[in-house]
Amino acid sequence: MRHFLKNVWRLGIKELRAFRSDPILIALVIYIFTFAVYSVATGAKTEVVNAAVAIVDEDRSLLSRRIAGALLPPYFQEARYIQADEAITGMDKNEFVFLIDIPPNFERDLLRGDNPTIQVSADATAMSLAGIGTSYITSIISQEITTTLQEHGYSTSLPINLVSHFLFNPNVESIRSTSMMQVINNISMLAIILAGAALIRERERGTVEHLLVMPVNAAEIMLAKIWANGLVILVAALASLIVVVEMLLGVPVAGSLTLFAFGIAVYLAAVTGLGIMLATFASTMPQFALLSIPVLIIFELLSGSATPIESMPPWLQTIMQLSPATHFTAFSQAILYRGAGLPIVWPQLMVMTGIAAIFFFVSLIRFRRAVLRG
Amino acid sequence: MSGGPDNSMPENTVARTGGLTHRYRETFALENVTLDIPAGCMAGLIGPDGVGKSALLAILAGVRRIQSGEVTVLGGDMADQAHRSQCHTRIAYMPQGLGKNLYPTLSVKENLDFFGRLFELGKTERKERIAELLSATGLAPFPDRAVGALSGGMKQKLGLCCALIHEPDLLILDEPTTGVDPLSRRQFWELIDTIRARRPQMSVLVATAYMEEAERFDWLAAMDDGHILATGTPDEVRKAAGRTTLEEAFIELLPEEKRRQHHTVTVSPRRTTGGTPAIEAEGLTRRFGKFVAVDNVNFRIEPGEIFGFLGSNGCGKTTTMKMLTGLLPASEGEAKLFGKPLDARDTATRRRVGYMSQSFSLYNELTVRQNLELHARIFELPDADIEPRILEMLESFELKAVANEQPDALPLGIKQRLQLAVAVIHKPEVLILDEPTSGVDPIARDQFWQYLIDLSRNSGVTIFISTHFMNEAERCDRISLMHAGRVLAVGSPHDLAAEHGDGSLEEAFVAYLTEATAQTAESTAEAQESPLEIAPQPRATIGGRHFSTRRLWAYTRRETMELLRDPIRLTFALVGPLILLLAFGYGISFDVENLPYAVLDQDQSLESRTLLANFEGSNYFEMEEPASSEADLVNRLKTGEIVVGLEIPPDFGRDLLAGRQPEINLLLDAALPFRGETAAGYVNGIAAQYMVEQFPSLITRPYSVVTRMRYNQSFKSVYAIVPSVFTLVLTMIPAMLTAVGVVREKEYGSIANFRSTPVTRLEFLLGKQGPYVVLAYVNFLTLLAMAVFLFGVSVTGSVTALLAGSLLFVVATTGFGILVSSFTKTQVAAMFAAAVISIVPAVNFSGLLVPVSSLSGGGQAVGLSFPSGWYQPISVGAMTKGLHFTDIWVSFVMLTFFSLLYLFAARMALRKQET
Repeated sequence: MRHFLKNVWRLGIKELRAFRSDPILIALVIYIFTFAVYSVATGAKTEVVNAAVAIVDEDRSLLSRRIAGALLPPYFQEARYIQADEAITGMDKNEFVFLIDIPPNFERDLLRGDNPTIQVSADATAMSLAGIGTSYITSIISQEITTTLQEHGYSTSLPINLVSHFLFNPNVESIRSTSMMQVINNISMLAIILAGAALIRERERGTVEHLLVMPVNAAEIMLAKIWANGLVILVAALASLIVVVEMLLGVPVAGSLTLFAFGIAVYLAAVTGLGIMLATFASTMPQFALLSIPVLIIFELLSGSATPIESMPPWLQTIMQLSPATHFTAFSQAILYRGAGLPIVWPQLMVMTGIAAIFFFVSLIRFRRAVLRG
Repeated sequence: MSGGPDNSMPENTVARTGGLTHRYRETFALENVTLDIPAGCMAGLIGPDGVGKSALLAILAGVRRIQSGEVTVLGGDMADQAHRSQCHTRIAYMPQGLGKNLYPTLSVKENLDFFGRLFELGKTERKERIAELLSATGLAPFPDRAVGALSGGMKQKLGLCCALIHEPDLLILDEPTTGVDPLSRRQFWELIDTIRARRPQMSVLVATAYMEEAERFDWLAAMDDGHILATGTPDEVRKAAGRTTLEEAFIELLPEEKRRQHHTVTVSPRRTTGGTPAIEAEGLTRRFGKFVAVDNVNFRIEPGEIFGFLGSNGCGKTTTMKMLTGLLPASEGEAKLFGKPLDARDTATRRRVGYMSQSFSLYNELTVRQNLELHARIFELPDADIEPRILEMLESFELKAVANEQPDALPLGIKQRLQLAVAVIHKPEVLILDEPTSGVDPIARDQFWQYLIDLSRNSGVTIFISTHFMNEAERCDRISLMHAGRVLAVGSPHDLAAEHGDGSLEEAFVAYLTEATAQTAESTAEAQESPLEIAPQPRATIGGRHFSTRRLWAYTRRETMELLRDPIRLTFALVGPLILLLAFGYGISFDVENLPYAVLDQDQSLESRTLLANFEGSNYFEMEEPASSEADLVNRLKTGEIVVGLEIPPDFGRDLLAGRQPEINLLLDAALPFRGETAAGYVNGIAAQYMVEQFPSLITRPYSVVTRMRYNQSFKSVYAIVPSVFTLVLTMIPAMLTAVGVVREKEYGSIANFRSTPVTRLEFLLGKQGPYVVLAYVNFLTLLAMAVFLFGVSVTGSVTALLAGSLLFVVATTGFGILVSSFTKTQVAAMFAAAVISIVPAVNFSGLLVPVSSLSGGGQAVGLSFPSGWYQPISVGAMTKGLHFTDIWVSFVMLTFFSLLYLFAARMALRKQET
């Protein structure tokens, strides 16, 4: 046992040295955990930003101009006035996403109590924008109508006062979720690439074979790769969370970082194991890349970090329970966003541990055979 | 210096260089080489690996660019492009490495056919020529065997056939016999002699590392370190050095300082000790599927003996050694170490063995000293002994000066010494060495052998070594000759040579091989029986600089066959898009449905229940257990069990009826902002509807805002996302596969065929692109079928526009892959470059996430500088928006423009010559 641990330790140190002497890999890790996190968090927003709106104003009243004037940056671009016949072709050509159609005599009919109708159309192929944008525009229109009515002395108070409280993210900023989810996705990506590439590199050079002739066994080689590569990613991920997400982007982390770090460690055991397992199926680096790209994309998109898991069809949700990324995403969201503690997240930790063990044993069975055949 | 190359070139010279210098970064491959190579004979370059032979041959063949100096070949200046392209039909070039320019998954005949097509031979001509060449080289019995399954000797013969298919005037062969068994080697040279006898005007230029082969050359140049040491006939070279063999002469010709390091190897006699054999093999057999790699091998190795394993590449030497080290289990038979059956799990035996594998196996990221230390620690040398032992190793293997350097930076000879030091650091009793000296210069090789002899004689280490050098085999106590998985003979080199080969070990091996192959069906001895009967062809029919659809088709045909036979690439190509569409189609969803919610109704009045009933009836919400307290509500939001919490205050109904505007608290999980905000919108909508229905009288001045979701009335993500995924998938996968397709040739070496044959850049690029366009279009059709049948998305606009637009788009994206491949060097780099460069604009700026109209100016510009920004209007337009050709014609124009742009940019970037 002592020999086992010593070998795992020594081979791990060797992995760390290998990492240290590879400037490209270091640059990649730094880039991914700094610039990539920052640019995605600040760039890929699901908020309504800079949306293009066109108005067909057949009313030409004070109210209609008021509505147009209330569409303000940064949410909306300045509204464009167009003719009724441009309404359809313009949207076909992607010139604008929203169209507000104010009918003739709208203001007059409103003040008379004739229940006039204003139409808001959205290009519903722009999913992220259309839904929220429409409700923004609707409430802006209501706001302006209310003001107009009040100026004319009509009461506009509603029978119920609905007060919305947005928990865990009071200003409803997408940066809070995208920044952290980006860190989480990067953990998966780097773990698979680093661990898998480390094995393939050794095999291409013949050094693994050499190790196996010495008093070293496959489990030691694999565990060394898991802890060493895992450690690099763990440190980088935590640094990224503290420096980039908390300090630079100003996004508060709700829960305990220690608990989160522990969860990352468990998750890394599972994903680095997966990287090694994939590497045992490929014999060259290009083959490994072809194998890992679909896996990475599935991890990133279907784990619940891009889209809530309940939006997927039930059969897919069931399949995705097999992926450690799904459980890790749930775990991370609970801790980082909602400040959950161990009593809430322990089931995810257990499942991840189980999956890690399965990957490890599958790799172990395949390891010798794969290494020596390649 | 020379005026017209034609005048300065004497009749009997086929190639000449003047002041030729070539360097790779800082190191000189060739330094001021001036050389006249005689025509119409067999001329050779001799010298160990890495002295510049390959660089010189590549420059003479016109596949490598001249850096400085003058090169005249076949009476023309090789710096002149017109002359070079004329030369492609007159020179044949076979690069170094077994079957390096052949295609392993293609059969013998398919390879030859490809070369025939490259030289634009007609169908019947090709057929005749192939049949003749195959029978002349003894390959006729296996026209359909995949090249990857051929032995090294057969590969080289096939390589020769491919080189001869266009009847060259100058045949350039770079180390054609390295790693080939002696019989095949001999047959190879005999074949060349036969061909030269038929076509005496043909000049042959060969490089070799086997000095004994050089004896048969008419003329040779000995090279070292980028310099020519001597030229002349073998006799002249030997005489000039005053030695009897070329190998000795070569060492004699080396500069003084190098020669001083050389000591003639002396083998002291072995003291026979008897006792238990150190290594025993009994009926050792290993099969890989049907293939028998090692067939019933028996031998015993005495302690302290140097036992040599002699055989060609792929004859089973390495497999046998792996079984002896426990790396591979034997299919049958038994291996014993020190009289005990080998147990792979027994680490105690492992400590008694040192192993040096064929592939170089040191850690480049560790220094020389760290490498030694790692091995010492793994073998658990006592802590106190480690430092002295490392010092001892550094001392005795002369590694002190480089102790803190990384192995990568060291010359091959020193690396090999380090590997030996690493293998013996734990003082093993048995040393297993798999071709430890291949590629090393003679001086380093002799030095290496001195260490081995020392270990055997002075430390009593048993040494089991494999090699394909005869003179090394002669230094062993005993050797076994191995061929095709079987041991042909075992004995002392002296006895074997005396009994079977008139005193020459090589002759003895050839005799054994001839005997062995005579018994098998794969007789290659036919070579001599059917002389080559190729009638001289009129030159005008072959090749030219014009654009040739035949050569283009040769590449397309070959690429298609290769792709169809590569399971991993093919699976990725066909299944990858499906996985991506599934992942994206289901994974990127902006649909907010079935949101779990809970209520805390502190009123329980008719009014509150009516309001809540509106939620129960909605598709957007799904009710969970009512909450018991506000804390419970918050806690359940925290666990993620619910997303929405509604808190209705006490006396809600009474206050409502009294017009006191009671307040309802709506708690939303906004961790995922999009979901939170959409949920808030839904709740507001339901509450508004409730108020309008229940209290119409309270609203005196009503109005309505009607919202319309155009193109997608039900506002379902799939209708928007699925067509966008088309853009993404058809951007990424075709680009990656195409990029890899070209770069593979660079990595595996078959790019040499592009460089040395008349095929033009455009033919090559279009030929490679063709199969991927078809494949990508198949991808598109599968995606379309999935979209329609699985996701229920139908094409609402013009189907023709979609089909045509997609074709243009895949031409553009494969063109992008071709462009990437023209500037990347490795497959991994090509894949990542293609994916990253194309994916970023496709995801962020083509309208997938944010509509193009809502992008900032810069983002819009980026999006529109890639084809994806122009295809998005076609895919989404034709599928979801119901558009027709007239609405989106600009996209068609732009996609055509991009296709041409990429192709011509790639043509500019791709060099016909290596730099």
